[in-house]
Amino acid sequence: MEFHILGQQLVNGLALGSIYGLIAVGYTMVYGIIGMINFAHGDVYMISAYITAICIAILSFFGISSAAFLIIITLIVTIVIVSLYGWSIERIAYKPLRNSPRLAPLISAIGVSLVLQNYVQVSQGAKTQAVPTILPGVFRFGTETDFFQITYIQVLLVVVSFASMALLTYIIQKTSLGRQCRAVQQDPKMAAILGINTDRIISTVFILGAAMAAIAGVLVTLNYGSFDFSVGFITGVKAFTAAVLGGIGSLPGAMLGGIILGMSESLFSGFVNTDYKDVFAFSLLVLVLIFRPSGLLGKPLVEKV
Amino acid sequence: MSDYMLEIHQIDASYGPIQALRNVSMNVSEGEIVTLIGANGAGKSTLLMTIFGSPRASKGYIKYQGRDITNIAMHEVGRLGIAQVPEGRRIFPAMTVEENLIMGTLPIGDEHMEEDREKMFVMFPRLKERRNQRAGTLSGGEQQMLAIGRALMSRPKLLLLDEPSLGLAPLIVKQILNSLRDIAAQGTTIFLVEQNANHALRLADRGYVLVNGEIRLSGTGEELLVNPEVRAAYLGGH
Repeated sequence: MEFHILGQQLVNGLALGSIYGLIAVGYTMVYGIIGMINFAHGDVYMISAYITAICIAILSFFGISSAAFLIIITLIVTIVIVSLYGWSIERIAYKPLRNSPRLAPLISAIGVSLVLQNYVQVSQGAKTQAVPTILPGVFRFGTETDFFQITYIQVLLVVVSFASMALLTYIIQKTSLGRQCRAVQQDPKMAAILGINTDRIISTVFILGAAMAAIAGVLVTLNYGSFDFSVGFITGVKAFTAAVLGGIGSLPGAMLGGIILGMSESLFSGFVNTDYKDVFAFSLLVLVLIFRPSGLLGKPLVEKV
Repeated sequence: MSDYMLEIHQIDASYGPIQALRNVSMNVSEGEIVTLIGANGAGKSTLLMTIFGSPRASKGYIKYQGRDITNIAMHEVGRLGIAQVPEGRRIFPAMTVEENLIMGTLPIGDEHMEEDREKMFVMFPRLKERRNQRAGTLSGGEQQMLAIGRALMSRPKLLLLDEPSLGLAPLIVKQILNSLRDIAAQGTTIFLVEQNANHALRLADRGYVLVNGEIRLSGTGEELLVNPEVRAAYLGGH
């Protein structure tokens, strides 16, 4: 076994997995609170890639070259704008259909997904976009010939991902807003009886999910550098897989599912075959669903009455 | 007329095509314990939920402290000083006992949270023992205590309870009714919906009898207890 390849694939897997985890959080939170999959979530991530590129271009135009400053401003701007997208999606595609059959908001969300993709394709062009490397540099481990490396961007990516997830977990577990979210998730009617504005909480959850996708979008764009209007679809499906793998509705499950998916994909590409990595990832999902239908950390739908 | 704390005036309410309440009028004055008794399916729970707008009254009005609340949003009713211990208790099963209590403070903020939580632990010591336990693991009686505790955390002026004795052992029922008496003595107005007419009428100042969505009888607790119709239908005829 070549340990430097193993090391490299673990590093790549962790980076990829953190991204899946960040996006999966959005799926799992929305599912937890309204019991529906937000099919436009992948495209929210795609939008954040474009906003990152635009933001970097504008900042560079004004001659700002400090990497830290660029990254922080880009993160903030992208989070704000993309959160607005998340909020609008809920307003347009979900809220008017709150009392409709479950299929209706599903279809309207797919509609929003198509609109976003086409709107970006028309306004930004169909070709692949690229951003320059902002933070070059690597940590290298091993000998001259057999080594693996961690780029500064990968370190940033993993650190920011885990910090965001930790912050989100804190908000959900310890703050009043988080308790309100959990209350609406467990019993929306009772939550309203206690004075919670459930519509506002649902909006908040969409905003939180979109903010996490925005962070993922910025980090991925800085890391891989290229994207087009359709990246939201496959990344969205992968992140959704991660959410289901970990147990949809469970916040730690989404993160765990993301890391497992990223690691397996990366190890499979490194040691078996790159072309079939998606097949492997989805086979893993099938296996988990056969033996643990509620996912790794999901709870079976039985509560003591 | 608007001296009543809660005034329900000639309301109708339905679930789709099924009419659950017909021309129901009743009222609760400040400081009273009022009970509504009736059989399964008479519309008791519907009446309580109509106060919260689900289902909405299609005719008539509901006033609270003189303000028309017939058509306001459910969460706004919850912020007016009306708390509800709903049918089936509806505690948050995946939250701890303590978190469930904190959820009750939303309408007034957490200024009095610790003080009130200690009060609840004094009133229901079982909750203190289980404060960090998931509420879904509590027994039925403990869940009922938690639901009452949660409602009281908002320092309500008016407390609505939907069959708090349902499915509980007689000893626990007695304990819960005694706490209701204490709660009333401390100045909270109580509107109690019950099938357990005997207990409810002994506790209450006044009572209403709901039959098939209509108010059939009303009077003081004692009057209803000795009323032959009530005795035959709800008190086992002895």
